[in-house]
Amino acid sequence: MEGFVALYIFMLAAVTGYEIISKVPVILHTPLMSGSNFIHGIVLVGAMVAMGHAETTTQTVIGFIAVLLAAGNAVGGYVVTERMLEMFKSSNDNKNNDKKEG
Amino acid sequence: MPDFIIQATYFLGALLFILGLKQMSSPVTARRGIVWAGVGMVLATLITYFHHEINHNYILMTVAIAIGGIIAFVSGKKVAMTDMPQMIALYNGMGGGAAAAIAAVVLIQQQPMSMTVQTLAVVGALIGTVAFSGSLIAFFKLQGILKGVIRFPMQQWINALVFVITLTFGLAIILSGTQYEMSSLAIFFVLALVFGVLMTVPIGGADMPVVISLYNALTGLAVGFEGFVLENPAMMIAGIVVGSAGTLLTQLMAKAMNRPITNVLFSNFGDGGDGEAAEVSGSMKEIDSTDVAVMMAFAEKVIVIPGYGMAVAQAQHKVWELTKQLQERGVNVKFAIHPVAGRMPGHMNVLLAEAGVPYDIIYDLDEINDEFATTDVVLVIGANDVVNPAARTDANSPIYGMPILNADYAKNVIVVKRGKGAGFSGIENHLFFADNTRMLYGDGQAVASELVSNIKEL
Repeated sequence: MEGFVALYIFMLAAVTGYEIISKVPVILHTPLMSGSNFIHGIVLVGAMVAMGHAETTTQTVIGFIAVLLAAGNAVGGYVVTERMLEMFKSSNDNKNNDKKEG
Repeated sequence: MPDFIIQATYFLGALLFILGLKQMSSPVTARRGIVWAGVGMVLATLITYFHHEINHNYILMTVAIAIGGIIAFVSGKKVAMTDMPQMIALYNGMGGGAAAAIAAVVLIQQQPMSMTVQTLAVVGALIGTVAFSGSLIAFFKLQGILKGVIRFPMQQWINALVFVITLTFGLAIILSGTQYEMSSLAIFFVLALVFGVLMTVPIGGADMPVVISLYNALTGLAVGFEGFVLENPAMMIAGIVVGSAGTLLTQLMAKAMNRPITNVLFSNFGDGGDGEAAEVSGSMKEIDSTDVAVMMAFAEKVIVIPGYGMAVAQAQHKVWELTKQLQERGVNVKFAIHPVAGRMPGHMNVLLAEAGVPYDIIYDLDEINDEFATTDVVLVIGANDVVNPAARTDANSPIYGMPILNADYAKNVIVVKRGKGAGFSGIENHLFFADNTRMLYGDGQAVASELVSNIKEL
């Protein structure tokens, strides 16, 4: 990829990340850290490419480890983030639930 | 499959990640946000099977995904909410390790590439490896497998030396084009692993959240760099977004804890503050739970300040029951959360949410600090340093300057505490000796249950 295009992508992505987080309330810091942890699980696609064009056994083994670790990052990150966010309810949600139960 | 479809799917994936992350920044839409990001991940993963650079190993690849995915799925479902920080550290370490392993495969192949790309590959490898071994140490520490902090003489000089040697090997690999030896590549990775360990072992458990957040940002950066190497835009964008978001999050956490990031990494807790801390005057005054029940039931406004001790005692469900009782009596009950309550910023909110406390009666420091003066009763349960007025008044205190919840401004303060000693940090809490403070001794859960039944009898 041409150097400057890459640099532009880098800059815009960095600004995007910064802007998104700057407005986040403290109550969501832990789920958000976990959520961003999930998002870098995208390393899985790179791991798959690395393993898919491995030429020797050593490379295949390292690629296998990469895919395994990356899948763990993505799946684990998703599961714990989802579990945490699932629990956030407002007073209104609680009342609605009570009505449903009652 | 035409490359266009693959690229379009990666584009969609990156878009879903950014929108998902955006949704996660509000409690109302957060749940939807993670689902959107999840859809993006599934799409990107499935389309990668048709990537033109992948020509074999399909079955092994699927096996690896299944093994890693199933282990992570089961452990993620089982982990207790109190153990969340170390679980995030573990998954993050796996991501860093994966980025480093990708770099290893690319560098072993010794294909000719431009110096910029090779630099990104090497730097990504270094960052990913450090995040991998560092996160594992953080996990071992928080899990209690590795106890205490490990310090030895000249530690920072030795760390710096290891780092410089690692960089030298990295630079040599970059400058030699495709002419580097496999042995120097191996030494480079081993040194990076060692550096991650050395950097993390001297850091205490209380500072660990900041470190985990930092490693989270580093993994993002490593993933982004390897994305440039593989010319994969989804990895580039997602990685860099996480890298910058994580950096900001790390700064926010460090600021909330009043610990500059350099202090966390290069110094030891308690080093600050010269001279003796001021002597505390007055005495701790005890109260029993019947009196507290009356006090709270007939109050107009009550603020609960929970700390990690409450979660350890598993008292959050009882505290929520108590809150509901008070609300039925017309008492205005709010929860005040210090940014470092729990084991990382926002952790206490998760623990309260688990017990069923709605997020709109939970307030953070800036929102609620002016309200204490008009509050009848403050219930401090399991919190200590975050309500210590010494942070405002005693320049010699190690926590001087840390923003605190101004519980001492309330008319009455009830502190639920197991015993009389100084807390986790060993710092004497001036609040406990104040005239308007009463101590309610006992286990958090037992005390909360007593209060619930006492109020019922009123």
